[in-house]
Amino acid sequence: MKKAYLALADGKVFEGDHFGAEGEVDAEIVFNTSMSGYQEVITDPSYRGQMVLMTYPLIGNYGINPQDFESDRPHLSGFIIKELSGITSNWRSRETLEDFLKKFGIIGIQGIDTRALTRRIREKGAQQAVLSTVSQDPEELVRKAQNSSGLVGKDLVKEVTCHEAYDWEEGEWEIRNGKTSLKPAVDKKSFVVAYDFGIKRNILRKLADAGCRVRVVPASTPAKEVLALNPDGVFLSNGPGDPAGVPYAITNIKFLLGKVPIFGICLGHQMLNLALNGKTFKLRFGHHGGNQPVMDIPSGKVEITSQNHGFAVTYDSVESSIDVTSVNLNDQTIEGIRHKEWPVFSVQYHPEASPGPHDSSHLFQQFTQLMKVGV
Amino acid sequence: MPKRTDIKKILLIGAGPIVIGQACEFDYSGTQACKSLKEEGYEIILVNSNPATIMTDPEFADRTYIEPVTPEVVEKIIARDRPDALLPTMGGQTALNVALALAESGVLEKYNVEMIGADVETINKAEDRNLFKEAMFRIGQKVPPSGHAKSLEEAWEIVEDTGFPAIIRPSFTLGGTGGSVAYSKDDFGALVEFALKASPVTQVLIEKSLIGWKEYELEVMRDLKDNVVIICSIENLDPMGIHTGDSITVAPAQTLTDKEYQIMRNAAIDIVREIGVETGGSNIQFAVDPETGEMIVIEMNPRVSRSSALASKATGFPIAKFAAKLAVGYSLDEIKNDITRVTPASFEPTLDYCVVKIPRFTFEKFFQTEPILSTQMKSVGEVMSIGRTFKEALQKSIRSLETGLYGFEENFRFSLNQIGLSPEQQKEKLLAALILPFSDRLWHVAAALRRGISIDQIHQITGIDPWFLDNINCIISFEKEIMRLDGVSNLDDETLLSAKKMGFSDIYLARLLNCEEKDIFHRRTEAEIYPVFKRVDTCGAEFEAFTPYLYSTYEEECEADVTARKKIMILGGGPNRIGQGIEFDYCCVHASFALKEDGYETIMVNCNPETVSTDYDTSDRLYFEAVTFEDVMNIVRVEKPDGVIVQFGGQTPLKLALDLMNAGVPIIGTNPIDIDRAENRKLFKEVLEKLELRQPANGTAVSYQEAREIAEEIGYPVVVRPSYVLGGRAMEIVYSQDRLEYYMQHAVNASPEHPVLVDDFLEDAIEIDVDAISDGEDVVIGGVMEHIEEAGIHSGDSACSLPAFSLSSKTIDEIKIQTCALARELKVIGLINIQFAVKDETVYIIEVNPRASRTIPFVSKTIGVPLAKIAARVMAGKSLQEVGFTEEISFPHIAVKESVFPFNKFQDVDVLLGPEMKSTGEVMGIDTHFGRAFAKSQLATGVKLPLEGTAFISVKDSDKPKTVAIGKGLQKLGYHLIATRGTADYLKKNGVKVSSINKVKEGSPHIVEALEAKQIDIVINTVFGEQSIKDSFSLRRSSLNLNLPYCTTMAGASALMGALKCIKENDLTITSIQEYGATS
Repeated sequence: MKKAYLALADGKVFEGDHFGAEGEVDAEIVFNTSMSGYQEVITDPSYRGQMVLMTYPLIGNYGINPQDFESDRPHLSGFIIKELSGITSNWRSRETLEDFLKKFGIIGIQGIDTRALTRRIREKGAQQAVLSTVSQDPEELVRKAQNSSGLVGKDLVKEVTCHEAYDWEEGEWEIRNGKTSLKPAVDKKSFVVAYDFGIKRNILRKLADAGCRVRVVPASTPAKEVLALNPDGVFLSNGPGDPAGVPYAITNIKFLLGKVPIFGICLGHQMLNLALNGKTFKLRFGHHGGNQPVMDIPSGKVEITSQNHGFAVTYDSVESSIDVTSVNLNDQTIEGIRHKEWPVFSVQYHPEASPGPHDSSHLFQQFTQLMKVGV
Repeated sequence: MPKRTDIKKILLIGAGPIVIGQACEFDYSGTQACKSLKEEGYEIILVNSNPATIMTDPEFADRTYIEPVTPEVVEKIIARDRPDALLPTMGGQTALNVALALAESGVLEKYNVEMIGADVETINKAEDRNLFKEAMFRIGQKVPPSGHAKSLEEAWEIVEDTGFPAIIRPSFTLGGTGGSVAYSKDDFGALVEFALKASPVTQVLIEKSLIGWKEYELEVMRDLKDNVVIICSIENLDPMGIHTGDSITVAPAQTLTDKEYQIMRNAAIDIVREIGVETGGSNIQFAVDPETGEMIVIEMNPRVSRSSALASKATGFPIAKFAAKLAVGYSLDEIKNDITRVTPASFEPTLDYCVVKIPRFTFEKFFQTEPILSTQMKSVGEVMSIGRTFKEALQKSIRSLETGLYGFEENFRFSLNQIGLSPEQQKEKLLAALILPFSDRLWHVAAALRRGISIDQIHQITGIDPWFLDNINCIISFEKEIMRLDGVSNLDDETLLSAKKMGFSDIYLARLLNCEEKDIFHRRTEAEIYPVFKRVDTCGAEFEAFTPYLYSTYEEECEADVTARKKIMILGGGPNRIGQGIEFDYCCVHASFALKEDGYETIMVNCNPETVSTDYDTSDRLYFEAVTFEDVMNIVRVEKPDGVIVQFGGQTPLKLALDLMNAGVPIIGTNPIDIDRAENRKLFKEVLEKLELRQPANGTAVSYQEAREIAEEIGYPVVVRPSYVLGGRAMEIVYSQDRLEYYMQHAVNASPEHPVLVDDFLEDAIEIDVDAISDGEDVVIGGVMEHIEEAGIHSGDSACSLPAFSLSSKTIDEIKIQTCALARELKVIGLINIQFAVKDETVYIIEVNPRASRTIPFVSKTIGVPLAKIAARVMAGKSLQEVGFTEEISFPHIAVKESVFPFNKFQDVDVLLGPEMKSTGEVMGIDTHFGRAFAKSQLATGVKLPLEGTAFISVKDSDKPKTVAIGKGLQKLGYHLIATRGTADYLKKNGVKVSSINKVKEGSPHIVEALEAKQIDIVINTVFGEQSIKDSFSLRRSSLNLNLPYCTTMAGASALMGALKCIKENDLTITSIQEYGATS
């Protein structure tokens, strides 16, 4: 088996076995603690500019299937695992993980001490790394990692957003009578314009299932054009990188505030807060996984949430016009806000899950309720 | 929500004796619950009849009743102690059933006791199949098509709909007792009738068979705020059709996509809410159609379970501990995760390793039964392993089992490698074996893969998911690569490291390369290939782990972070099995507790997920590892302990003692060389000769010829057994030369390395067990126990009394003198157990074990002194003087230990006792009078003691004289007597009024018919000779199935009579062990 090398900016080099595509890539390295859902992770546009280490060691077991894509292709730069399955075993599987990664030029490395690497990232923070099947010179690779520029301040959204607006109607699938099929369609009573900063398909599916007709628009679409579509609500999607790297989006959101109900998720939440004069900061190694406990402050109830973010909103930047509605019980960071006067709310976590628990999917209904009331 | 202050006193019900389906996992959960509630300041009342549990140690509850776990007894406890609340979810099915009975009879209401954790409605909804089905229907979940039958006729109607194969499940039984699969109309009737009998409510469920579907389990927790979290997902390697307790299981789920897993997770949450488990842990089982993904709910347990113990160990999330806190009002977010210290318990653990559980079977003990698995659980224990890959974890589990297999060796009941068998014929044999789920199916699968049978074909036959098969196939392919090396000298570093990463043990590699384990060990040392240790931390390393709960793997970074403290390592007992169970774990836990108190760092090594010893809370450090030479040496290398205890975990660590010592490991306590002097027949004879002590005439044989000569010299009957065994494995009393020949040729494989011991059998001798402690200077007797059954019945199966009840004080003194002499001669430091036989006032030594014995917990609970703790301190260097244990305790009460047997799980097995141990667990009855203590011990095993009715007597000729007193006694107590002709004639001749009845072979109306017509309430049946044993088999089976008190020895019958007398005269009373004066 061909060797692959993973070099970290801090000087550490891991030697492992290569899988997937060959080549060399530099990116920020993050770890994800979900035990299932690698297909969703790989195709989540939020991972643009990052390579992902899965802490669960056995990956590829159930292959790749046609239903669980979060976008039409992988977006992460590299994939780091302990052991790739030699076989795929699942009734929905159509392709092996390795073939899929090869097809899209994604480099993978396996057979390294992924737990040691995770602990390193935990201790030293997310950092730049180089993954290579080309060079075998560790020192050179470390130098490259050190010279690689991080994603702070960068606009990665423009790399993943759609080029043209499109409509979305499809909901989630279910197993009925021994068949995998789409859930029965519901009446589409609300019209949502969704800003695509790197939107995950499951958000669109969830909106559709909640009764929304959805028009997805490119990230740079001016707010006026959005309002001209006369939506019942505007959705601000997740996406990659630093919210501060996308000033045009923040300008657009500012314009929309108070004019239309708004719901934001993840990067959308961060940009909404920036538009509300809040500030964001980079977490040491972020939250990437499906087991994060979030408390809903009004009810005191806890939901297990899916998360994927490297930045968060600072507490002291939250203005008095805003309520913090939920908080992460692991590190007390802000997980959700709501504007006291306008029909505007957002969450840092992913109620669309995919991968992860569905505890918070009621937020999509909450959005439709809000749209009913209007501004 | 803060904890409740309106309740102060909580009653906890334990699970009683260890039986198949309900083992020491309930001691683990109960102990956690006690600790957790005590920590919150509640007063704890505990009832459990099992003395070998940690939870019944006096410090774990304010009042501990070692009394029968029956509704009648628990009612008395409630009346006496007036608890505010009852926590029924920690003691398995036993506790739930008792709690339900108390609720239904109005006792809870009468005394104003609130059930916490789960209420009656919830329990009923989860346990009653009809209510469960309705509940599932309400929330849109599918259950297998099924119906309930209260009679055979109803069953036939239902099976019309479900079709064959059909699963038959009796209601309200544990471990699937009485359950089966009917493949056709031919076997359906008999199986239903059997199941109806097994159900306490005479009700069975007939259900569509989902054989071949994938099976999953989720462990769920819910709090009063309605927060629900999934602690662990488990995927069974074995498909539906094999009880999950008997299945090889893997955590987390391996072959579900996230979408499919979340569908299951959502269903689990809906189910917990619908069933209404207010707080605590539950377990839900699902079946998934491998072709379409269709999901069906199989069942849910509204309580902690075997699976929740496994899930706790697999994830580091202590389900029972937190469930207890939730039951008193806390919510999950108010509880801190012990391991990370900073994050709350309201999260879902994530694993960065793979966990494999393999059950341990003891079919060799029940050779009349085919080792085929089904929906009724048959395993007696289990092992768990943690590895960074499935392959590694699987191979670690295999060697943890201690079945002599260290990998995928081929050691089958059928011979594969016999001369003349072509490869094709071998394949055919294997394919035939794969059709039925044999207990060693994993090795059948490996052997099939080895011979090139495809994954696909094996999947088609066995229903095992191809993912698992592919992993096994990788191991087999690598094994071939290693064998091609042709000798250890060609084993390069890279291949060796790859093999170790895949989980290959040194021994198995040695077997593949035709060399010794030590050659591989040396090769590994040369190449510096050692494992590192990783932590189980609930969070995939996202947060720092403060709890050293460790497992080995071959990777880069070691997280052991050893300390510079004085440390003692305790080697545990591995999987529970008949002959080595919870008693040894109890001793290991005590050693850890005592040495922790004395300021040592304690390090536990064990691989049994059911136990208290593998709770990360028990010792300072826990290594969840196989107890083999290789695995222990790896830990020693890193930890460098100041002392290692091998004498507490039973035979498992003991058999490593000499090798460890020779490898420089500092073993404390009795020197392994002296242990060997006691275990090695020849050396032991020298010890006895030196001390001028007597043992039954004996000899050692390596062939039938030799055995015959010895037997002729001693005279029949003789006891024969292989050397170095625990639990009387393959031990037999032989009355004739024919049988001896058969034994030597079929039962054992005698060789110079494995000789067979031939002993004079002392008929009608009284057997005595002594436990004592020595510090090398002084010897203090713990207790002298008298067996109730005569010598010849394995001591683990015999009931026994402490103190002795029939021996003269002269004999007892002689026994004590001999005990002290032996302890001194063997330079015992720590525990010593000796078995004596007394015949005609002469004392014979049967065997000496300079180690912890099965009776230590029983003796400790009876005398109120924790012997294992004292012994551990002595082993660490203190004198008995220093620990304040200088003389034998005298006490005014009597305790009786009774054994509990798994016969109801093995339909073809005779219940007769013999020198081979067959019991899985024990109970204790304690009172101020022998009869009452014995009565309690019987009730605690689950037997009902009839206050009136008919006693049936049929005994062998030599026992006839003894029947007269028993017959007269029973008659005086008002019981009618009925006997088979021979016994009846004898009784009549001696003035006992008795009617007679036919033996089965004499034709109708016979005794089994009378039994089935419920005309008999007590059975006394002793037999001699193979024919009469065969003839009376159905009689004993029927008695067992009807749960009647049955005695197969006259000593047992006499004790039973005494017990009946007591309970007829006086109602039983209850007393806590704290009142008996127990100290911790």
